[in-house]
Amino acid sequence: MDWNTIFSVTVESLINPTTIVYALAAIGLNVHFGYTGLLNFGQSAFLGVAAYGLAMSVATYGLPFFVGILVGLAGAVVLALLLGVPTLRLRADYLAIVTIAAAEIVRLLFRSVSLSKWTGGSDGLQRFSDDFYSRNPFTTGVNLWLFSFDRRELWVMVVGWTLVLIASLVVFLAMRSPWGRVIKAIREDEDAVRSLGKNVFSYKMQSLVLGGVLGSLGGFVFALSRAAVQPDTFGTEFTFYMYAIVILGGAARVLGPILGAALFWVLLNFINALLPAMISDGLIPRWVMDANQAGAVGYILVGAILILLLIFRPQGILGDKREVMLDAR
Amino acid sequence: MPADAPPTVAAARDFSNVPRQPGAAKPDPILVADGVVRRFGGLTAVDVAHLEIQRGSITALIGPNGAGKTTFFNLLTGFDRPDAGNWQFNGQPLAGVAPHLVARRGMVRTFQLTKALSRLTVLDNMRLGATGQRGERFWPGLIPAVWRDQERLITERAEELLVRFKLDAKRGDFAGSLSGGQRKLLEMARALMVGPEMVMLDEPMAGVNPALTQSLLGHVKGLRDDGMTVLFVEHDMDMVRDISDWVVVMGQGRVIAEGTPDEVMADERVIDAYLGAHHDGAAATGDAPEVAEAAVDGEPAETGPADVDGAPRSAPTAEDPAGERRSEGEAKA
Ligand SMILES: Nc1ncnc2c1ncn2[C@@H]1O[C@H](COP(=O)(O)OP(=O)(O)OP(=O)(O)O)[C@@H](O)[C@H]1O
Ligand SMILES: [Mg+2]
Repeated sequence: MDWNTIFSVTVESLINPTTIVYALAAIGLNVHFGYTGLLNFGQSAFLGVAAYGLAMSVATYGLPFFVGILVGLAGAVVLALLLGVPTLRLRADYLAIVTIAAAEIVRLLFRSVSLSKWTGGSDGLQRFSDDFYSRNPFTTGVNLWLFSFDRRELWVMVVGWTLVLIASLVVFLAMRSPWGRVIKAIREDEDAVRSLGKNVFSYKMQSLVLGGVLGSLGGFVFALSRAAVQPDTFGTEFTFYMYAIVILGGAARVLGPILGAALFWVLLNFINALLPAMISDGLIPRWVMDANQAGAVGYILVGAILILLLIFRPQGILGDKREVMLDAR
Repeated sequence: MPADAPPTVAAARDFSNVPRQPGAAKPDPILVADGVVRRFGGLTAVDVAHLEIQRGSITALIGPNGAGKTTFFNLLTGFDRPDAGNWQFNGQPLAGVAPHLVARRGMVRTFQLTKALSRLTVLDNMRLGATGQRGERFWPGLIPAVWRDQERLITERAEELLVRFKLDAKRGDFAGSLSGGQRKLLEMARALMVGPEMVMLDEPMAGVNPALTQSLLGHVKGLRDDGMTVLFVEHDMDMVRDISDWVVVMGQGRVIAEGTPDEVMADERVIDAYLGAHHDGAAATGDAPEVAEAAVDGEPAETGPADVDGAPRSAPTAEDPAGERRSEGEAKA
């Protein structure tokens, strides 16, 4: 068995661009779900709108790179307002239904044939990231012990982790402020907060915008790291992974999404590298599974591990056990 | 009372010229309600023709279970919408105003089913109540220097109240870990953090131990003497007698009597409301107050309007446009 490959794949997924994308997305979702108690099941749409805002601005309309970024950010804000205005006055579960539907609408619009002149249809768009990579200060990649990244990955990772750092800092500062206190109080009981004179609707909207914008940063990293956007990468399972990550790391914890994203991908990539190697070495007999089935089994195993974790550590890795116990009262 | 002179404490509590009848006019009302009606399907939960609450007084709102007291609170504070009616607070119309704006105008309520913010500490629950916090805006909130001084003052005020409410030892605990009575206390203290002109307490002392109740009643009287108006719902007649300057009695959604505590407890209509119209004639004799009291303190006679007219209970939710905004707990209360 090639332990070197297995380990380097695993170790790289601690910090590689995919982990960054999910960390940023989950940081935003943590603002919604973890701190405010908003059941946003359409976080993938925020990443999609940002990624397409950038890609379409540059590839379709020939606008400069930074204009594309601004368009993507504006898209995330507009999406938050569109989702929030009709739903935030309703009960929490309505937001869940509307957001999951909205995310699918956004994805289907991106892949619709009649819009393909602008969006590239189901093939998506490429050739919008040249400006980003032309600013790459790295002339070579790195090859350190188990890590090996080429110079493009390196550049994405430096920018990406900087964004993760900034996003986490914003969440940290916001959530220890009186603003954050109102946000967390809304999660506990909206009516109590209203009775104290706070405009709950306005705060929920601010939270939706903040989390959407933070998540949209993940959309940029996603698009740039692949140098392409494709509609079907922004499906609902994208959002479900983000939820798994938020809960795994510990909801309403500043570093929870980062730890969650790293753990999630380490686990998934380790199992997905280990199983095929064990099959080819004959350690797993073919009647149990063959190499084609290993991928699906990998997801099943990760799912089982997550379930076990939630049974024995319902508050997530960084969560506070006392908080979870309160629900029992 | 002359409009130009600020009402003195004694004047605010002087009800001697107020007629003892439902809807009686008060010398200096802070709250005036007219024709407030709320129906749930076929059940008329609230039907208050006219009610005035005297500024600077402690007014008790009593009535049997299901009389509509909580619903009336919900309507006045914007948590529920009436089918008809309007009301003024400090002369300003308040019907249709959103709950948080009602609170900002100085009318703050607590809930019968307590709403402790479980995963916030007791101290944070308290601090949340303070108004005009600079750090509650997003961008200024990111810069601690902007709000740190204000936060310190708010914390000092919160700690003082916590001592008063015997919750100071719990300041760092999650509110969700408090006992039922402690939650009641926290909710009341938190409402006082808003610095309201009028506070509306829905059974504030339910489940609070008698010794502490006494000291808190003293505190409430002190707040009244500083000019705050208190309207509270309470089933414990001893407490009503102890602190209220005036009592309003509701029955089947209507105001059926008003008066001083002793007068109201001797009132035939009130006894009827608590015991049902066909109660034993003996109750109408000299020791009537005790009978009424017994009915309230002990197992209350089930004479809620729903029982009387057998109104359907299933229809309301579908016909209740404001249903989403009502707390589920309150609906069941
Ligand atoms: N959301 C609702 N849907 C249907 N009926 C309701 C709703 N809320 C209250 N009611 C009914 O309205 C009537 C008045 O209820 P309310 O809670 O105001 O009584 P209350 O005077 O506060 O009683 P208690 O002293 O027991 O708290 C009751 O008959 C109740 O069943
Ligand atoms: Mg009630």
